Amino acid sequence: MADWVAVCDEDDIDPEDVVRFDHGGRTFAVYRDPSGAPFATDGLCSHEHVHLCDGLVMGDQIECPKHNGRFNYKTGAALRAPVCVNLSTYPARVSGGRIEILI
Amino acid sequence: MTAMADPPHIRDYSLTGTDTARAKDAGLANADWYHTDVPRKAMKELMQRSDGPAIRDTALWFALLAGSAWGGIAFWGTWWCVPFWVVYGVMYGSVCDSRWHECGHGTAFKTSWMNDVVYQIASFMVVRNPVSWRWSHARHHTDTIIVGRDPEVACKRPPNVFRLIMAYAGVLDMIDSVKILARNAAGKLSDDEKDYIPSSEWGKAIFAARVHMAIYVATVLAALVWQSWIPLMLIGLPRIYGCWHMLITGLIQHCGLAENVTDHRLNSRTVYMNPVSRWIYWNMNYHVEHHMFPMVPYHALPKLHELIKHDLPAPNPSILDAYREAIPAVLRQAKDPEYAYRKPLPPTARPYKETVVHG
Repeated sequence: MADWVAVCDEDDIDPEDVVRFDHGGRTFAVYRDPSGAPFATDGLCSHEHVHLCDGLVMGDQIECPKHNGRFNYKTGAALRAPVCVNLSTYPARVSGGRIEILI
Repeated sequence: MTAMADPPHIRDYSLTGTDTARAKDAGLANADWYHTDVPRKAMKELMQRSDGPAIRDTALWFALLAGSAWGGIAFWGTWWCVPFWVVYGVMYGSVCDSRWHECGHGTAFKTSWMNDVVYQIASFMVVRNPVSWRWSHARHHTDTIIVGRDPEVACKRPPNVFRLIMAYAGVLDMIDSVKILARNAAGKLSDDEKDYIPSSEWGKAIFAARVHMAIYVATVLAALVWQSWIPLMLIGLPRIYGCWHMLITGLIQHCGLAENVTDHRLNSRTVYMNPVSRWIYWNMNYHVEHHMFPMVPYHALPKLHELIKHDLPAPNPSILDAYREAIPAVLRQAKDPEYAYRKPLPPTARPYKETVVHG
């Protein structure tokens, strides 16, 4: 059963940025879009074993720091080669000044 | 009883052979690589894209191509055409490599279609299939100089010194590249290509090869119909007579350094160069920095270098110095394939991350 899990304080992630969050043996990427709204995806690029948290957030997109593959982090859609496989996304919210994701 | 020495390991650089299995077993495939710590805020700034520098450089590139082509044609039949063809050759046969490379990474321009357009043009000039080489280079960055995984190892061990020397003349590489294009155009992909190109992209690779080959056939036909060398001087041949700068700068990226490691400081070389070579090469002389952080655009690499040089081996102060280091190492590898030149680290650097299978 999925639970809301606290990731960090809202202010720990700048708007249009991403952090890594490890939980229960899994790794996630947690984002804030340019308006500050939170989002979450798998933490590893679907192309190779690379943590997306080191990539660049541009608008609605996250770019893998190794190969320029890009995803829409709000939908998980793979947008640019070499990524071909979508990311899983997870609900995210701000509660009491903390960012939480449902996993 | 005397112990028998292990026979020397004969490297298999194919992507489907014995060394591929060794690399996977050793955890060298798709491994975690060493990175110098860079504050997130600084790295975000370094990774920011901009159209300005690449538009400026591309406009200058096209102007030099057009101007030198005009001079080469206008003075054809006199010695005055030679300097124009020299410039045209380098603009075509060497600049194409760095533009292919940076646009393939998607870091030259901020605007995606600009990266894609220049990538396609440069891929044609450098005689590389734009589809398969995109995937090949992605693998080169995932598994840099990992034997059996990296399809872009220029200095294999033991090195074929004759071929390395001949590379500067451009002929052998051109023949090999055209053979690959022709094979792709015939609908055939090698086992290695099938390993690093997803099957969903195979059709695109074959189509791109057919387009490139059609342009080459049209160029040869034009030369025959017009009874003129000029079409070939403009298209195709400059990849031979103008590639020398690409080889001079490209072969010092990794030659003589380590294989099968997961620290780019051990297998890549940063070299200070004159500004003209840096423009031609689009700052790929900062090669350790590029491999460590490939999403930093070429125009930001000097800043990245300043930020992390405390953690890197001292750069070679010149191209000549890099060759003074690389040539003896490569010659020694001809006799001892296990040898690799190891650069000392400054006291401010963190120790090398060393994961070695062999060599």
